[in-house]
Amino acid sequence: MNARDSGARAGRTVYRIRWLPGTDRLHASCFCGAEREFEDPVVLWDWLLGHPEGHLPGPAAAQDSPAPAAALV
Amino acid sequence: MIVTEFARNQWYVAAYGHEVGRRQLGRTILNEPILLYRTEDGRAVAMADRCVHRRFPLSESPSHLVGDRVVCGYHGFTYGPDGVCVAVPAQQRIPRTARLRTFPVVEQDSFVWVWIGDREPGDVLPPRAPWLVSPDYATVCGMEPLNARYGLLVDNLLDLSHETYLHGGYIGTPEVAETPITTEVDEDAGVVYVSRHMDDAACPPFYAESTGIKGRITRWQDIEYHPPCLYLLHSRIAPVGSPPPADDGTDSHAFHVEVVYAITPSTENSTYDFWAVARDFALDDEKVSDFLRDSNRTVVLQDVTALNTLEQVIAAEPDRYQELSVNIDTGGLAARRLLARMAGSAPAQTAVR
Ligand code: FES
Ligand SMILES: [Fe+2]
Ligand SMILES: [Zn+2]
Repeated sequence: MNARDSGARAGRTVYRIRWLPGTDRLHASCFCGAEREFEDPVVLWDWLLGHPEGHLPGPAAAQDSPAPAAALV
Repeated sequence: MIVTEFARNQWYVAAYGHEVGRRQLGRTILNEPILLYRTEDGRAVAMADRCVHRRFPLSESPSHLVGDRVVCGYHGFTYGPDGVCVAVPAQQRIPRTARLRTFPVVEQDSFVWVWIGDREPGDVLPPRAPWLVSPDYATVCGMEPLNARYGLLVDNLLDLSHETYLHGGYIGTPEVAETPITTEVDEDAGVVYVSRHMDDAACPPFYAESTGIKGRITRWQDIEYHPPCLYLLHSRIAPVGSPPPADDGTDSHAFHVEVVYAITPSTENSTYDFWAVARDFALDDEKVSDFLRDSNRTVVLQDVTALNTLEQVIAAEPDRYQELSVNIDTGGLAARRLLARMAGSAPAQTAVR
């Protein structure tokens, strides 16, 4: 029960974010297959929730949006 | 921003089943004063805790129960468990509008859930926490009132890296804050998952004393947050080098602790912090129960003290106070966004901040 059962949720509207070990980077995957890496979770969520805008399926392009690292909230 | 609006048309934990009996209990949930009691046949009921006459609270002495009815302690208006007024002092006619609003109730997994909203729940049921009543687990539980907005408790529970700093010596060790997390949001189900798997970590007293493990541990924290109210932390503890769970899900080499919180907003700046700790080991050991109850309550009170302080600080700051979010906040940001959507407030794009 404690093992993450990601497969069971395949095909659903699921967003996944992995903090890449040994780095400060966050790897985001959209349910559509698009992937991208970020350094700021606010910018990351803006991109994920902006689906489908800029969501091209494919391997993670390592690029942040040109937003400041410390976003106002 | 922290979500301050309430999500209505949702189930909320109003009390533990053992708190609701043949004495009235008053709770304020989403600013609604609610009276809870049990009828003679054991059914929990919930209705407005204000007499329609002059608004005396029906949960306050000398209001009292007579059979299944509640008698107002001020002038004696009497109500049935369906909220309908059945007696008015000294007169035959009972005004048609003399009825208390009632709230749908579901009793499940040791909790009394109450539906707050304008719609009926239909076939929507509260989320489950089956360990709390399972014969395979032993459970300790409590509730601490928090003088802070519920969003602060959501933030707190979604980011357990604070254990290292706020709960050092109890449940925090350096590895909690050092280990990266994975976050997942299931939009369809409305659930946020945050996982932190520590392969080789110090064993904090909370687990060392309860499990008897002497050395280092693998420690898994798998959070499942069902906004707005229910938070589950699946905690797996095993000596380093123990086999992982089998493919069929059995996991006999590890200790499992299910930590359950119900986050019930009371007013804009107060919250009921229900907590429960269920374990699948030392089931009959009262010493372990006492230890886990005392330790977890201490930990919860450390959070309560910190969040009460934080509430004072942000309440005194202008509306658009500034925060800075970093990687550890990924799950908390997701929770805020789901809550904002449920509360029907800010659009998703801005609410995530
Ligand atoms: S206020 Fe309840 S009977 Fe008068
Ligand atoms: Fe805490
Ligand atoms: Zn997408």
